[in-house]
Amino acid sequence: MELLIPVIKISVVLGVLLGVVAYTVLVERRVAAAIQNRVGPNRVGWNGLLQPLADVIKLVMKEDIVPKQANRFIHDLAPMISMAIALITFAVIPFGDSITLFGQAIKLQIASVNIGILYILAMTSLGVYGITLSGWSSNSKYSLLGGLRSSAQMLSYELAMGLSVIGVVMIAGSLELDKIVQTQHGWMWNILLQPVGFVTFVVASFAETNRHPFDLPEAEPELVGGYHTEYSGLKFGLFFLAEYTNMVTSSAVITTLFLGGWQIPYIGLAGLPAFWVSILQVLAFCVKVYLLVLFFIIIRWTIPRFRYDQLMNLGWKVMLPLSVLNLLVTGLVILYL
Amino acid sequence: MLEQYIPIGFMFIVAIIFGIVMSKLSEWLGPKNPNDVKLSTYESGMEPVLSARERVSVKYYMVAMLFILFDIEVVFLYPWAVNFRSLGLFGFVEMLVFTVVLMLGYIYLLKKGALKWQ
Repeated sequence: MELLIPVIKISVVLGVLLGVVAYTVLVERRVAAAIQNRVGPNRVGWNGLLQPLADVIKLVMKEDIVPKQANRFIHDLAPMISMAIALITFAVIPFGDSITLFGQAIKLQIASVNIGILYILAMTSLGVYGITLSGWSSNSKYSLLGGLRSSAQMLSYELAMGLSVIGVVMIAGSLELDKIVQTQHGWMWNILLQPVGFVTFVVASFAETNRHPFDLPEAEPELVGGYHTEYSGLKFGLFFLAEYTNMVTSSAVITTLFLGGWQIPYIGLAGLPAFWVSILQVLAFCVKVYLLVLFFIIIRWTIPRFRYDQLMNLGWKVMLPLSVLNLLVTGLVILYL
Repeated sequence: MLEQYIPIGFMFIVAIIFGIVMSKLSEWLGPKNPNDVKLSTYESGMEPVLSARERVSVKYYMVAMLFILFDIEVVFLYPWAVNFRSLGLFGFVEMLVFTVVLMLGYIYLLKKGALKWQ
């Protein structure tokens, strides 16, 4: 029984996560089509709802091509790292308060570790390995350039990301994600207490997930496909899935840290039974996360891409000083207000 | 204490198995008819020239080194942030001194042009 609960939680969370990710690909294509005044994929199933399945089957049935010059072992390893890391990050996200089922209180979080934030930062920085190794192992110039750019970019924005979290940690006085959500009761969401930290964190998340407008590692006009130029079949698909999983995970992290996580303001006043409150809170968390995912998608199709020097300047000369300043201001406010 | 991490261990195993199976699926199920041209690296349709593993711009090394410096600063800040309220004004001033010293270094490397990309 002790071990059964985590296993059930992991299967449910991974199932939901992968389902959401598969459909996010479809949502992105439909949103892009709507923005560009097209129809988008609507032929497979009702209104294109079976499109993700068709995509996966198509990718599975493709030939797996590994270039002769490539380092075969690392070439195989890289997509696996990308995907596994993207999934593992989700383990510490609290997606609800505890719920009572069959007379047992179950915490709606896979692993409630006391250093949740450090775990997330550590895992997101491991994500750079997948991309860098795929770029290097393909032994193609485009892949190598994509991998190099991506590692430099992710390193630069990780600083701003780490620094903007510290403001939140100072307010909550804990690295535990559960505690951070609990301090954001009512309307005390961290987005109101830490507006600058929120902006820097969101921008850094865009850069960490290699999403537009920071998707220089795979800038099509200059680098063909970037780090995944030499990949085919489901290995290519894995990079794609990993990108969308990272997007969902970052949205979940932003929700947890800044948008109150599963909190619904003043739900305690409505007098609902505890069970339904928990269900509503889980739903609120999902809605917040998905609105952020939609934000990621809309940004991608409306804003042009940065140039590489602009990207590095933004990271080192704007985001870094800004987040250090935010830290000092937060400290002063906590001390004197 | 450490038993909090057991679910994470499970998740690691599941995620790694998922990754391995997914990345091998098209190798198992897809067609296999390789030929020399198909297996050469992509270079806009031209014959590949030299290997890709050449020297890379020193800029990337600079970024990596500076990242390590500043990331260590961030790591020092975490325990301080957790205990911020109990440390009070003294802790704040201590960290202010530390940050100012680091920012002096930051200004120096900006002046040196270590982060200039052309």
